[in-house]
Amino acid sequence: MYAAHTNDHGHDEHSHKPSGIMRWVQSTNHKDIGTMYLWFSFAMFLVGGAMAMIIRAELFQPGLQIVKPEFFNSMTTYHGLIMVFGAIMPAFVGFANWLIPMQIGAPDMAFPRMNNLSFWLLPPAALLLIAAQFAPGGGAGVGWTLYAPLSTQAGPAMDLTIFAIHILGMSSIMGSINIITTILNMRAPGMTLMKMPLFCWTWLITAYLLVAVMPVLAGAVTMTLTDRHFGTHFFNAAGGGDPVLYQHIFWFFGHPEVYVIAIPAFGVVSQVIPAFSRKPLFGYASMVYATASIAILSFMVWAHHMYTAGMPVEAQLYFMYATVLIAVPTGVKVFNWVATMWKGSLTFETPMLFALGFLFLFTLGGFTGLVLSIVPVDIQLHDTYYVVAHFHYVMVAGALFSAFAGIYFWLPKWTGRMYNETLGKWHFWLSLVFFNVTFFVQHFLGLAGMPRRIPDYSLQFAEFNMISSIGAFGFGLSQLLFLYIVIKTITSGEKAADRQWEGADSLEWTHLPSPAPWHSFETPPVVK
Amino acid sequence: MKNERANRRMMTRLSIFAIAMFGFGFALVPFYEKICQVTGINDLIKPAAAVVNTQVDKSRWITLEFDANTRGMDWDFNPVQRSVRVHPGEMIQIEYDVRNNSEKAMVGQAIVSYGPRYAASHVKKLECFCFKMQPMQAGEAKRMPVQFVVDATLPAEVNTITLSYTFFEVEGASTAPLKSGGKS
Ligand code: HEM
Ligand SMILES: [Cu+2]
Repeated sequence: MYAAHTNDHGHDEHSHKPSGIMRWVQSTNHKDIGTMYLWFSFAMFLVGGAMAMIIRAELFQPGLQIVKPEFFNSMTTYHGLIMVFGAIMPAFVGFANWLIPMQIGAPDMAFPRMNNLSFWLLPPAALLLIAAQFAPGGGAGVGWTLYAPLSTQAGPAMDLTIFAIHILGMSSIMGSINIITTILNMRAPGMTLMKMPLFCWTWLITAYLLVAVMPVLAGAVTMTLTDRHFGTHFFNAAGGGDPVLYQHIFWFFGHPEVYVIAIPAFGVVSQVIPAFSRKPLFGYASMVYATASIAILSFMVWAHHMYTAGMPVEAQLYFMYATVLIAVPTGVKVFNWVATMWKGSLTFETPMLFALGFLFLFTLGGFTGLVLSIVPVDIQLHDTYYVVAHFHYVMVAGALFSAFAGIYFWLPKWTGRMYNETLGKWHFWLSLVFFNVTFFVQHFLGLAGMPRRIPDYSLQFAEFNMISSIGAFGFGLSQLLFLYIVIKTITSGEKAADRQWEGADSLEWTHLPSPAPWHSFETPPVVK
Repeated sequence: MKNERANRRMMTRLSIFAIAMFGFGFALVPFYEKICQVTGINDLIKPAAAVVNTQVDKSRWITLEFDANTRGMDWDFNPVQRSVRVHPGEMIQIEYDVRNNSEKAMVGQAIVSYGPRYAASHVKKLECFCFKMQPMQAGEAKRMPVQFVVDATLPAEVNTITLSYTFFEVEGASTAPLKSGGKS
């Protein structure tokens, strides 16, 4: 199917590109689709971010000032859903589309048309989530975890949300099938699995996780749907069902899902840190095994989200020990990143800064995770702001910072132009400071007992909440700087070199010009 | 292209896996129920564990004395035990023997008094023949229970409580025997 393109890669990339909007609507090109994923994800990042600003504005002071409690609940719900399914996950799928074919020396993804479909399912799903706000009774204020029995009793917005999740799930599953097939079947000759850049490895593992758990989530929300409309009683105690069952099914998906978010982030950081240390990644094989064991273990710890839901003490102990065990492979990874930098010739361009920010803050989030995995501690801290602080350290300072690192790192390759280093550093430092202002104090709020998902709070929490809100506004504004930097790079950045970072050694840097041509590796490169 | 074939096969396999995982989500429902059943975790209809009284003050003994009188009635009325030694907080059951020696059916009502008087509020009766009027046929004999707890807040200086019951005749009341349900 690639035989029609006889041009050798790189020199006349304009000749086959359809023009206008149809180029994007009908695109089967992995780079175009990757670009669309990334822009979509940024748009969702702004929508979800706006919701976060509403949440923090309401929490700026105690009392109810700005929004009604129902609307506040809807904001926490859709902020979570949109950030997880609309912003972070599509961002990393965008990276996968752009990078995997180039890094393994393949001409494109295995199923280009399915790739197009996976992307174009996303906008309707996003529209459903936004439309849910205008359903009778407003958005469903059930939390992003959609717990029964609240979800079986919520208004029509819940149905829109369930459909959105079905569509997002289908998109993820198709995207994952594409990624697995591409990596397993389409590597250039000589590119053995253990020679692949770690980013490809992390995505291979993530894609397997997604194919395994997205259908389980789809099943859970389908049960919610039939409980709502078709008289089943999966979660309805009055009919012999059990709401706690929902929690088990959800977290069977939910804990692996947090690693779906984290593992590609590990992959990006594992490309960036060696490049700016000018050393190969320390312990490549142990990185692969650690990632795989994290993925496998992630299926065995789900009930650490449910210590307070009612569980025999033996089960609590098992889930506690299993959860603590995950810290071991995670520790291996952190050790390897640090060891990669050891005696390297380090430089601190923006991608490296974000990668280091990731390294410090993700590790901190891992520590608070360990604290939460201890049953007696968690019984105290469950559903407080301590949990909110924990997962924002791993998801914002973890996954999001890693995505920023990746974007600054590959932008020269994608656009052929360099971003403005000074502005990039500003973006990093503003994000770092405001992130910590926002979320560090939330640890204290949680320890003092402030519950999450409540629009009002008692007076002793006022100072820390005000600090947190100020940090959040600052963080939100800093991201507009990021948008400006990216647009400025695309329109008028300086010309980038083919191998912009001399420490980067994967195929897209060593074998392809900048910007990467529309078609690449139609004849596979030879990998020694 | 031979790659294309292999890709399709891979897609089929992965799709089957995804569909199987969708089924797995539903399979979790009976699986969950089974686990709860086998381990008895979530058995809502299992009888509650036997109630244990945790408020017994083992450090203290009190003596309970039982007294019995009748007023103008030809009845025998005697406690089975004259006295018991118990801990405050313990559940106690004692019994009285009653016999109607007269030739006619009569109805009696027992009234209790306590010595010392203020012990009354510390004796919590759960069951007592004094709660109801007691019809007795001519020559009938019965054993009647009293069940009660002396609560642990009983003032420390009290070490003996006397429960004194007196039967009075209730004239004109129905002498039909009490139903087992106890409605009078
Ligand atoms: C060492 C690794 C980790 C451990 C031991 C850990 C442990 C925990 C525990 C015990 C909870 C439950 C707290 C509660 O609700 O009371 C929790 C919540 C959470 N964690 Fe982690 N975690 C780890 C890493 C991560 C990572 C890498 C992510 C995502 C990138 C993540 C995302 C979350 C989220 C989103 C929640 C909150 C879910 C909710 O209730 O809404 N965690 N974590
Ligand atoms: Cu978890």
